[in-house]
Amino acid sequence: MKRRIGSQIMASILVNSIYAMINYPVVLINTLLAPLAILAVVTFASKGALLPVAAVGALIMSMVSSGTSLQQDLSHLKNDMRLQDMIVSSPTTSLIYIIGMALSEIVYSIPTLAFLIVLNLIFVKTTITGGFIIFMDMATIFTFSISLGFFLSTFTSDIIQSWGFSGILSPLLTTIPPVYYPITYIPFPYRYLAYLSPTTYASVIAQSQTGFYDPGAEGFVVSWIVLLAVTAILTYLALKRSRWREI
Amino acid sequence: MRIRTTGLSKTYDRKNKALEDLSIDLNMNGIFSIIGRNGAGKTTFVRILSTELLPTSGKGYINDADVVEQAESVRREIAVVPQEARPLPWLTPLQTVSSYLMWRGYSYREANEKGKEALRELGLEGKEGEKSRKLSGGQKRKLMVATVISSEAPVVFLDEPTTGLDYLSRKELWQLLSKMKRDRLIILTTHYLEEAEILGDQIMILDKGKLVDIGGIEDLRSKVKLPYVLKVYSENFKISEDEVQVHPVSEKETFVYGSAAKIYGLVPYLVTNKMKFTVEEASLTSIFEQYLGNEEEEKENEEKNW
Ligand SMILES: Nc1ncnc2c1ncn2[C@@H]1O[C@H](COP(=O)(O)OP(=O)(O)O)[C@@H](O)[C@H]1O
Ligand SMILES: [Mg+2]
Repeated sequence: MKRRIGSQIMASILVNSIYAMINYPVVLINTLLAPLAILAVVTFASKGALLPVAAVGALIMSMVSSGTSLQQDLSHLKNDMRLQDMIVSSPTTSLIYIIGMALSEIVYSIPTLAFLIVLNLIFVKTTITGGFIIFMDMATIFTFSISLGFFLSTFTSDIIQSWGFSGILSPLLTTIPPVYYPITYIPFPYRYLAYLSPTTYASVIAQSQTGFYDPGAEGFVVSWIVLLAVTAILTYLALKRSRWREI
Repeated sequence: MRIRTTGLSKTYDRKNKALEDLSIDLNMNGIFSIIGRNGAGKTTFVRILSTELLPTSGKGYINDADVVEQAESVRREIAVVPQEARPLPWLTPLQTVSSYLMWRGYSYREANEKGKEALRELGLEGKEGEKSRKLSGGQKRKLMVATVISSEAPVVFLDEPTTGLDYLSRKELWQLLSKMKRDRLIILTTHYLEEAEILGDQIMILDKGKLVDIGGIEDLRSKVKLPYVLKVYSENFKISEDEVQVHPVSEKETFVYGSAAKIYGLVPYLVTNKMKFTVEEASLTSIFEQYLGNEEEEKENEEKNW
C-alpha cells in the first residue's frame, strides 16, 4: 500500500490536539494562563516599563511550555494508554511521531499564540529584520524544548515522574532566567548562572531586537551559536538516543 | 507467514530471566496461541517480536526480517495490541480506529471508511460517535482488537486480549478472531487454556521463560502419558490407581485419566455394571497440567501450610 507521511503526522495532531480540544474546550485557554500571569505581574511591578520585554518573554515561555506539555502528553500516552507501544510497532517512525506531536502542541496553543502575537505587534517596537530574527529565535527555542520533552518522555515509566520533570523544567527554563526581564537586572556574579539556561540566550537575542539589552555584535553571534548548538545536541539526543524501543 | 527465533533470551535488570534460549520456527497462517502462567514470559516474547523491546541475546524474525536489524521493514508487516492498551477516553470508537490507521499511513478518507467497516463488524455501529470512555470493558477490548485487525498488517500480536472479560464477551471476541484469521498470522497470548484450545492452530507452552513444547493440540496430546479422560457418573465406581490417574470430582462423579488402551479397557466393566460414562480426549487444561506437573497444587498446599 501507499503510505502517506502527511496522514501519519495528521493522526498525531488530530488525537493530541484537535479531538482533545473539541472534547474539552476549556483547554483552549489552558496554555494562556501561565504566561499571562507572569506577564501581568512583571508589567504591574515595573509600572508598565517592562511590558514589551515581558510580552516577548511570554512568547518564549509559551514555546518552552509546548515542550513540557509534550513531555507530559507523551508520557501519559505511553505509560497509561500503551499507545506508544502501538506506534513503535507500526510504520510510524520516531521522527514522524515527534513532528506530528510537536505540531499538535502548536495547534493546541494557537489561541495563546494568537493573543501573544497581537500583544507583541502592539507593544513591541522592532524592525522587519528584528521581527524575522525573533521568529527564528522562537522557532529554535521551540525545537529545543520539543526535543527535550520527547527525549525525557521516552524515559518515564509513570505519569508522576513526568510531572516531576515538568515541575522542575518550567521554573528553571522560564520563570527564573531573564526571560521576562532584561539580563542586566541580575548583578554579577549571579549573572553567570543565568547563562546556564538556553532560554537566556533566546531571550538575549529577542531583547537585542527590541532595544532592551545590547549584547554587542559578538554577544549576539555567541548567543546564536550557543542556542543552536544546544538545540542541535538535544535534537540529536531525541532522534538517536531516546528510548524509542525499550532495552 | 513465518515467525522464527533462535536462542532468544531476555534478562531484565541483569538478573530476572524472563526468556531463556527460545528457538521456534513456524510457517503458518491462523492463530498461534501462547499459553503459560503469569510471569511465564508471554509479554516479553510478544514485545521482542513486535520490535518494542530489545532481546538480551538471540534473534527473532518475522517473515525472515530480523526484528532488531530490520525493524523498519518488520513494522510495516505487524500490528499490536499491548497487554494493557485501552482506547483513549476522549476519542470516539471511529476516531480510535481511524487515527491508528492514519498512523499506519492511510489517508483520512480511507481510514474513516475502514473504521466504519470495522465498527459494523463489531456491532458498535450505534456507538460510532460516542466517547470511548462510555464503552463497557468488553467493548473497549473488542475495539482495540478491531483497531489493529482493520489494518493491512498480515501479522497481528494480541497480548491477553480477553483477560478479565466475561464469558460472553470472550466468545464474541473469539468469533471476531476466527473470522479475521484467514491469510494472516495472529499471535495470541492467553492464560485461558480453553481459549487456546478453541482458537489455537498452533500452541506454544511457556513456563518460567522456557519453551515447554509447541505444536497443534493433537501433537501436544499425543505426547502426554494420559491423553484420554473417562468420566464416570456413579456412586459405586471404584478403581485402583494403576497406570491411570483418578480424580474424584464428587460422590457421584469420577474422572479417570489414562492411555487409550487403558481407558477403553475399562468400558466393558462399566457397560456390564450399567454405569453412565463418557470418554473424551484430554482437554488442553489437563495436557497443560501433565506437562507442568502438579506444581500448582503443590504451591497451594504450601500456601495452606504457611
Ligand atoms: N520491564 C520489566 N522489568 C523487569 N522485569 C520484568 C519486566 N517485565 C517483565 N518482567 C519480569 O519478567 C518475567 C516475565 O514477564 P512477562 O513477560 O510479563 O510474563 P507474562 O506476560 O507471561 O505474564 C516476570 O518475572 C516479570 O516479573
Ligand atoms: Mg503478560
